[in-house]
Amino acid sequence: MSDGLFFFLQLVASGIAVGSLYALAALGFVLIYKATDILNFAHGEAMLIGALVCYTLVMLGVPFLWAVIITGGLALLFGMLTERLVLRPLVGEGQFSTVMITIGLSIFLRSLAGIIFGHDNKVFPSPFSKAPISFHGIVLSETHLWAIGISALMVILFFLFFRYSRLGLSMRGVANDLDTAMLMGISVKRVFAMTWGLSFVIAALAGIFLANVMVLNIGLALVAIKAFPAVILGGMESIPGAIIGGIVIGILETLVGGYLDQTFPGVRDLTAFVVLFIVLMVRPYGLFGKEEIERV
Amino acid sequence: MRSKTFRESYREDIQIFNTVWTKSWLTLFLVALLTLPWWGGPYFVYMANISGIAIVAALGLNILTGFTGQISLGHAAFVALGAYSAAILATRFGLPFWITLPGGGVVAAAFGILLGLPCLRLKGLYLAMATMSFGIVVEYAVTHWESLTMGVRGIKVPSPSLFGYSLSSESSMFYLILAVVILLTAAAKNLMRTRVGRAFVAIRDQDIAASVIGVNLTQYKVMSFAISAFYAGVAGGLYAYSITYLHPENFTLLLSIEYIAMIIVGGLGSILGTIFGAVFLTVMPDVIKACLSLLGQHVAFFHGSYNEEWNIATFGLLIMLFLIAEPTGLNGIWVRIRTSFKNWPFTY
Repeated sequence: MSDGLFFFLQLVASGIAVGSLYALAALGFVLIYKATDILNFAHGEAMLIGALVCYTLVMLGVPFLWAVIITGGLALLFGMLTERLVLRPLVGEGQFSTVMITIGLSIFLRSLAGIIFGHDNKVFPSPFSKAPISFHGIVLSETHLWAIGISALMVILFFLFFRYSRLGLSMRGVANDLDTAMLMGISVKRVFAMTWGLSFVIAALAGIFLANVMVLNIGLALVAIKAFPAVILGGMESIPGAIIGGIVIGILETLVGGYLDQTFPGVRDLTAFVVLFIVLMVRPYGLFGKEEIERV
Repeated sequence: MRSKTFRESYREDIQIFNTVWTKSWLTLFLVALLTLPWWGGPYFVYMANISGIAIVAALGLNILTGFTGQISLGHAAFVALGAYSAAILATRFGLPFWITLPGGGVVAAAFGILLGLPCLRLKGLYLAMATMSFGIVVEYAVTHWESLTMGVRGIKVPSPSLFGYSLSSESSMFYLILAVVILLTAAAKNLMRTRVGRAFVAIRDQDIAASVIGVNLTQYKVMSFAISAFYAGVAGGLYAYSITYLHPENFTLLLSIEYIAMIIVGGLGSILGTIFGAVFLTVMPDVIKACLSLLGQHVAFFHGSYNEEWNIATFGLLIMLFLIAEPTGLNGIWVRIRTSFKNWPFTY
């Protein structure tokens, strides 16, 4: 194998690994958007707080697995509380209000996390080894393989959940038509509360995972901003789309980082947003998003 | 008791200052403002300066978001473009401020058209994301295009001068900022009662219906982007002159969100509300600081704990509170109080 091709393949491989982290973050957006038509700008902060709470528990001497379970329970409560206090009053308001209120929520939660947990980098006592694993010379760490595996597992779980479970079906019903869902006897309040609760649980799990791969500090919340392009690329409604979008963004980012970073330092972090902009120019509703037909 | 105003013609209805009372209160207020450096002290003048800059920038955002209904998360980018254009024009070409300020505005407006054209088809959260990406790209360019912007080393901006006098002191800056604020506020207020302003509002309320009744969506949306960016650019120029040292870190996504907080707290689609919101949120950090130092005397956790994060948390909280409890903002509260005084002792 020539050196150039080898470099390319290594970049693609680590791109897939990074991309599956974005995909993990993107899943939470899709869950909320599918059920409530809201894009949750505060998703990254939910990941951050989940990771910080779990870290604190582990530092207090709780075994890792228990810490994850307790964090999950707390995240469920926190998500339902958020829905009740922040989002419920705005049901039926336009997209403007929901976009703005989740932005408000996001900066509120992020700075609150900064005030309570501080800004220092924390090292998560990782249960995964960082030892590199090599396939024919292409190197990935064990954590990265876990990331890919967990993303794949999540897609299957989500697929089954929305296809077969009662709650998943009622979420789809509510998203499709709120009034009809209500007439069919679905408790919209309960569905909304469960959606936010579940998405916060997923966020917390993704956050704990990310904290293992990256450094745990306030910057963790910014991974979710990178997941926006992934969601737009894959379509806001589609779970496989979010995964594919995340991986595509991850690969593009590492490729740009690998080839252009010498000439334009830091351009890697820009890739996702340039892609997002171009996609929106060509397809205003995302690559696989469905066009909303309005009634005047 | 003042009776209800009874208007007989359309001209009277769209008048800006329609009663003797409004006119006399406004005159008093203007006199108070003009003499502020005499009775106010340096702290007041400083606060008035940064409030004034915030008012200009927030007016721009309110024209785009509040009046035309286009969400923008990239307003800080236009402020940055204006600030850097003004600073570069002033340092490299030695141009006076009365060229660099509008120059910064025009450069920002050009970029506003550049952003507005491709964003024509976008709505709601897609528009929010596109403008956010634009903001991040501009932030990157400002940080990394070192030959033009000096990057993280920053630019030292010379103080503006007029007829040979240097306007370096806070109070001379105050008059410059006041003049710009009055000019641009009057311009915005007037714009909103013209054909253009009504077209903006029609687009906000229902863009398809607006195009059906003959509003050219392309033209007016792009115009709204350009005007909004012009205001932001001028605010950026004023900012550059007033802090005298430009650094890319001043223009992040957080600044865009701060402007959004201003117009939500003040009142979307209201000129007076913009002024309320901008002043309120500019004064806010100092109020928080005072409260925290007071709390710190009694509770150990708060002792010496003040930093930027408290402001940001408060901004986030205010955005949420106002959207839930008072969507019309401070302007709505003001109108309610005023009406209840006007109609006293009757409720309506």
